[in-house]
Amino acid sequence: MDVFGSFALILAFVCAVYAFGGGIAAIITRHPLLVKSTRQAGMATCCLIFIATFSLEYLFFSDNFSAAYVVAHSNRALATFYKVAALWAGQEGSLLFWSFLLSIYVFSVLVAYRNKNGELMPYVGVILAGVQIFFLTLNNFVASPFKALAVPGAQGAMDLVSRADGNGLTPLLQYPEMVIHPPNLYSGYTGFTIPFAFALAALLARYPGEKWIHLTRKWTMIAWCFQTAGILLGAHWAYAVLGWGGYWGWDPVENASLLPWLTGTAFLHSVMMQEKRGMMKVWNVWLVFSTFILCILGTFLTRSGVVSSVHAFAQSSIGSWFVGFLVVIFTVCLVAYLKNRDYLKSENQLDAIVSRESSFLFNNLILLVSCIAVLSGTLFPVLSEAVAGSKINVGAPFFNKVNIPIGLFLLFLTGVGPLLAWRKTSVESLKRNFAGPLIIGLVAGAVIFALGCREIYSLICFSLCFFVAATIFMEFYRGAKVIRVRSHASYLTSAIELTMRNTRRYGGYIVHMGMVLVFIGLAGAAFNQNVQKEMQPGSSMQLGKYKLVLQSFDSKPEANYTGLRLNVEVFVNNKPLMMLYPERRIFETNGETGTMVAIYSTLREDLYVVYAGQSPDTKLPVIHAYLNPLVKWIWFGGVIVVFGTLVALLPNRRAVLVLSGAKQPAPEPLVHGMAPSITYREGRD
Amino acid sequence: MKKQAKFAVGISVIVVSLACLAWLGYGESKTYYHTIAELQSLRGAELSHRMRVGGTVAAGSIRRFTGRVDFVLEGEGKSLPVSYVGSDPLPDTFVDKSQALVEGRPTDGRFVAEVVQAKCASKYEAAPGGTVARSSTATR
Repeated sequence: MDVFGSFALILAFVCAVYAFGGGIAAIITRHPLLVKSTRQAGMATCCLIFIATFSLEYLFFSDNFSAAYVVAHSNRALATFYKVAALWAGQEGSLLFWSFLLSIYVFSVLVAYRNKNGELMPYVGVILAGVQIFFLTLNNFVASPFKALAVPGAQGAMDLVSRADGNGLTPLLQYPEMVIHPPNLYSGYTGFTIPFAFALAALLARYPGEKWIHLTRKWTMIAWCFQTAGILLGAHWAYAVLGWGGYWGWDPVENASLLPWLTGTAFLHSVMMQEKRGMMKVWNVWLVFSTFILCILGTFLTRSGVVSSVHAFAQSSIGSWFVGFLVVIFTVCLVAYLKNRDYLKSENQLDAIVSRESSFLFNNLILLVSCIAVLSGTLFPVLSEAVAGSKINVGAPFFNKVNIPIGLFLLFLTGVGPLLAWRKTSVESLKRNFAGPLIIGLVAGAVIFALGCREIYSLICFSLCFFVAATIFMEFYRGAKVIRVRSHASYLTSAIELTMRNTRRYGGYIVHMGMVLVFIGLAGAAFNQNVQKEMQPGSSMQLGKYKLVLQSFDSKPEANYTGLRLNVEVFVNNKPLMMLYPERRIFETNGETGTMVAIYSTLREDLYVVYAGQSPDTKLPVIHAYLNPLVKWIWFGGVIVVFGTLVALLPNRRAVLVLSGAKQPAPEPLVHGMAPSITYREGRD
Repeated sequence: MKKQAKFAVGISVIVVSLACLAWLGYGESKTYYHTIAELQSLRGAELSHRMRVGGTVAAGSIRRFTGRVDFVLEGEGKSLPVSYVGSDPLPDTFVDKSQALVEGRPTDGRFVAEVVQAKCASKYEAAPGGTVARSSTATR
């Protein structure tokens, strides 16, 4: 099966090369047979990659310990669920997984548009094949997952061996959330290849009209949705499993996932400027290019070891391949832009500072500043060594100092932007739209100040959150009221109808609402408390309103680990509330330990209890307890963001055009006793 | 004011204020990275900088006391005695022969570390699995 798999991979490489080379010939000659065969070669590449991936999975499921990758990341006792995840536990398999997910996107695109966009698709096919060739080169020649296990034998030749059992999966990965975080995040990274391909193709083909923006936007939303989910899942996993009490450490690999998210968010907003007013075309094209380049840069940072991180893969020479690919991509983008930039001339100018255009401009500006700041901070050790000779690291204070004000300004724009008019907003409009929410925001700030909060950033954050929430509710309320006039349905039904008639706009508002909830959760971090104490059975510790009493501790052997469990009882006002079981696990295969945090999570705060270790002198357990306010709002907000994106991806429900006939009766029976009327057809998004 | 000028002012205000914040944040958190060998050749003001040093934990050198853990870090043939004074327990991955990164300052021939990061040493590759212990006084 490993021979089968590696054969499928090399065949995929050959097909991709044909899709690329033949595709270029197809563009030049426009021969229909070339166009068709290169598209089919592109599809075949994807199918062969699927086959190769399934073969590797089969090696895991059949406990084939003559394959080096299986030996490194699996063992017989490993649960089936984790044998699936073992595919992406190491460098080679995760690169194949990247190719696999990319192929799902490429296949979908080639199939969905096989009879459409005929001018554009040949270019798209070539670009996608080019990217696939790079990853297939790595899969086949640089980091093959199908290598057989071998040891140096007599006379220096390598002898093939087979083990009885493998090394098992790293304990930290044996957690359900760790299984779903990489697929989501990789789906985000690979997904951004599609909008990149459409943007570059449109530029190279000088594709008339703005249709490419429409296609690009939809695929960007899909990739963005996965990227958001991937980032939040990673944060939640770090919070629930690593046990250091936080969810974001500004680690280089975390930052790498944030960078394309920032430029992707900027693009999703500025693209509206291009659609409505024909502006920012050059900017948008470079935003899409940058998003893709940052994805490749992100995976380069993760895999090359060029900056030290807790998430590291092994040091290897694979970094230089990525650097080469980045140079190639950037060169292609630059040449394509320079040759075709007259195609991107702007149709309109910015008219006024108080307008929707300017709010998009500022939105993009600060997202870009954030991106540059995070990128510089992440790469600082590399840059400072090159420039000044000494390796300097910057940590959380740098990232937080810059990004907190940026986040707050972004929050402000989220409330203000949708209510500003295109071109120029009048003072009357400002007063009408903002008076209510502004008052609500200020009152909320005053209330929270009165409740004892003195942290300036938190106060601003809460005020802005209420302000933005008020503007969003107002939008839904106004729109629902208009629909209600005709349909006489409830506000809720009208709001749903409103959303379905313009999914992009109101789905976007739902996403904004989700982000407001996330910001509320983030604001709680200013009030985190924690306490650490050595405990024996019967002793207690106090944290906020909770009293924690250690009742007993025990040790429980499981299939592939031994669990050392503390039985902690939680009291509130001396009344027993619940039991918590923080645990440390010692894994048999490699003696590693893992921490299982016990969390009691409410909307108000999280009680987060960790079995931190044993005191070196007395061997008594040490408990580290944290009180983290409002954390649940982050995860809840994330769910709303994903939901909102899915809503925004739905096609609009068309309102029906019904004309009253003067001579003939209407062919359809009237609905709800409504008088026939012309109702508006919502524009295409 | 002409509208171009208005935009320019607005954009400059934002960029300049963020640049100031970035500079402040940089000053607060900058940490130099040195190898063990370089440490011995540092002079004067450089010795008082906050810095990170990487190496491998010498087998059998980990000794735990109340409020302090001593161990020896080895790299490029040199060794460095380290005292970890943070309040958090050390990460699960901190064992003999693991790769460790310590952050703190050199003092009197030892290195006093406030933060210790460790990665697992493995036969095939360093698995994704480092965790970080911090002292409560270290800025986050």
